[in-house]
Amino acid sequence: MTDVTVLQETGPEDAVTQEVLLNLGPQHPSTHGVLRLVLQLDGEIVERTEPIIGYLHRGTEKLAEDFTYTQIFPLTDRLDYVCPPSNNLGFAMAVEQLLDIEVPERAQYIRVIMTELSRISGHLLIVGALPMDLGAMTVLLYTMREREMLMDLMEMITGARMHTSYIRVGGVREDLPDGAVDRVREFCDILPKRLIDYERLVAKNRVFLQRTKGIGVIAPEDAIDLGLSGPNLRASGVDWDIRRDCPYEIYDQVEFNVITRETGDCYDRWICRVDEMRESVRIIEQCLEKMPDGGFQVDIPTIAFPVDKDLLGCSMETQIHHFELSAYGFKVPKGEVYTAIEAPKGELGYYIISDGGEKPFRMKVRAPSFVNLQALEGKVGNMNYLADLIAMLGSLDPVIAEVDK
Amino acid sequence: MRPAFCDEVFQHFDVKIGDGGAGIDMYNITVAPEHVVELCRFLKEVPALSFNFLSDLCGVDHHPDTPRYEVVYHLYSITHQHRLRLKCRAADPPHVPTVTGIWSTANWHERETFDMYGIVFDGHPNLKRIYMWDEFEGYPMRKDFPLRGYKDAYNPFGEETGES
Amino acid sequence: MGILENRFPDNVFFSTTDSIINWSRKSSLWPETFGIACCAIEMISAGCSRYDLDRFGVVFRPSPRQSDVMIIAGTVTKKFAPVISRLYHQMPEPRYVVAMGTCAISGGVYNTYAVVQGSELIVPVDVHVPGCPPRPEALMHGLLLLQEKIMRTHVLRKEPEPATTGV
Repeated sequence: MTDVTVLQETGPEDAVTQEVLLNLGPQHPSTHGVLRLVLQLDGEIVERTEPIIGYLHRGTEKLAEDFTYTQIFPLTDRLDYVCPPSNNLGFAMAVEQLLDIEVPERAQYIRVIMTELSRISGHLLIVGALPMDLGAMTVLLYTMREREMLMDLMEMITGARMHTSYIRVGGVREDLPDGAVDRVREFCDILPKRLIDYERLVAKNRVFLQRTKGIGVIAPEDAIDLGLSGPNLRASGVDWDIRRDCPYEIYDQVEFNVITRETGDCYDRWICRVDEMRESVRIIEQCLEKMPDGGFQVDIPTIAFPVDKDLLGCSMETQIHHFELSAYGFKVPKGEVYTAIEAPKGELGYYIISDGGEKPFRMKVRAPSFVNLQALEGKVGNMNYLADLIAMLGSLDPVIAEVDK
Repeated sequence: MRPAFCDEVFQHFDVKIGDGGAGIDMYNITVAPEHVVELCRFLKEVPALSFNFLSDLCGVDHHPDTPRYEVVYHLYSITHQHRLRLKCRAADPPHVPTVTGIWSTANWHERETFDMYGIVFDGHPNLKRIYMWDEFEGYPMRKDFPLRGYKDAYNPFGEETGES
Repeated sequence: MGILENRFPDNVFFSTTDSIINWSRKSSLWPETFGIACCAIEMISAGCSRYDLDRFGVVFRPSPRQSDVMIIAGTVTKKFAPVISRLYHQMPEPRYVVAMGTCAISGGVYNTYAVVQGSELIVPVDVHVPGCPPRPEALMHGLLLLQEKIMRTHVLRKEPEPATTGV
């Protein structure tokens, strides 16, 4: 063994440190999209975070002033692209409030089923993606397996895997096809068992616990002040769910628990989503039991396409209405409305001002991810290690298309 | 039909605020820019109102009506579960005091409104563009800004700039 | 693939240098993990268990320095365009670009002040995969077309002279 030669002893008082500005993104495997974070680092400790967004700003709101109300549905699909049907629901409800029409009960049940299926789809992605960011890549492959089953269901019911535009003003585009109810029931039987698997794989894993427990704690008052909503707020202990407190559609006729946790760390936000998926399955099963027969769409020819397609072949009036709807769209009376729904990411609000025409005067989308992402800037995101920042970003679950609109 | 909690607000503020009437979904209150901060602080701190959640803050362009710009606040109370809408009109060039001191969520909302409409929020800690790049000229959501923007290498469908 | 008829024992075969080079390039196309918007979800689905892309040799790499193909999946905005150009130039040659989805091909439904009307305006594109979003099978088809294109490239052999009509 050779002697070790020590050239110079240095103590802490001799060390010269310098803060480093690190640019994370916009192209980075773990930024969940095109998000850019400028970090001020003191070694491994993050002193300051500045999120820079806008790399996916497509001008949805400006485009919506130029599109008819039916044409805006595909734009709303592309806002939160992991759970499209729920975005459609918020917009449809806002326009229906302006038009003052009542949607048939069967249509409301179908809409709630689609929204809850999309909630499961959205949560499955983040439940798999957060462990992947932390290094456990297997979970994503398993959750995508369930997600593929859901995409098959969506394709069967709506015709498209992702951007469905299925929920429309006045109801839904088409009734559920034969066999859809059985397939949905089958899916609801399979999912809870798989969720137990994921919990056994990840939730008790020592590495996962060490990287998420006590990391990124947000106190309830801070969460409300920052405007967080959805699972991020409920994980901090604030008991607020729009589905229960300001019920819309048929949420007042189904029973479900609102999942809250106490600490508000990354682990709680992740577990909140797993438990919410179980509650969504409960809601879907109750809806399938209680769903009545009836119309899937309101029967007003000036607003929606005719329910009875044979009339198009024999009635002149139906043809004229159909032509006007396709060519010009329907007029919405003057007024303004703000409708908020409990989207998977939080409170999704649509503020629509109508001036009496076929196109909205102003459409503002209150995107939950836009507000949730603000938690990374300022006092909450600081004084954590760089690795903790990745865990916190994943647990907040931002979808950049919704952040940037 | 004015909800009961609004009576307290009107009693306290008297002529400083206007009655916007009952909308389809929630009550509206109109307010001038100079009284916004006082009103918002009152709405948040009085226990019977406790509007602790700022749902949304957005801008509207009413061109060619005057005053041209409007800032709309949507408030929600988690304790009492009621909603309220505040509307604040501002003439050209628009200046509205910031409410970031009351709800910190207003920070990014106000940046977005500034970026899209050019409404300046006095007292904002970091008022700079959020969606468009810093050197971008113009305010996209204004009614006189073309949808397709101005013609450049990236979008040949834009409008002619009219210069050179 | 240019193999001469096998008149020799099984572990010997003849081929051209171009074929071997192209075969190795097409069999290990490594894309960058570069999902921008909604098409990224379908790209992730294509990479997961059901529509496995790994069997084509496609392994997603996080860094542009280690990747061969850039799959532009999503809307390209004017703010993001310089970043794409920079990432493209960071990729070592031979490099290919697949424009996935209508937004990447032509701006899609977003003809607005902030969206680039097609990634052709920024980087040279080899394969366009239409759809909004394209199914994972469509993306696989696009990658297979890219493989066919790679097989047709001339690396060492001279390009054939373009046919001219007689004077």
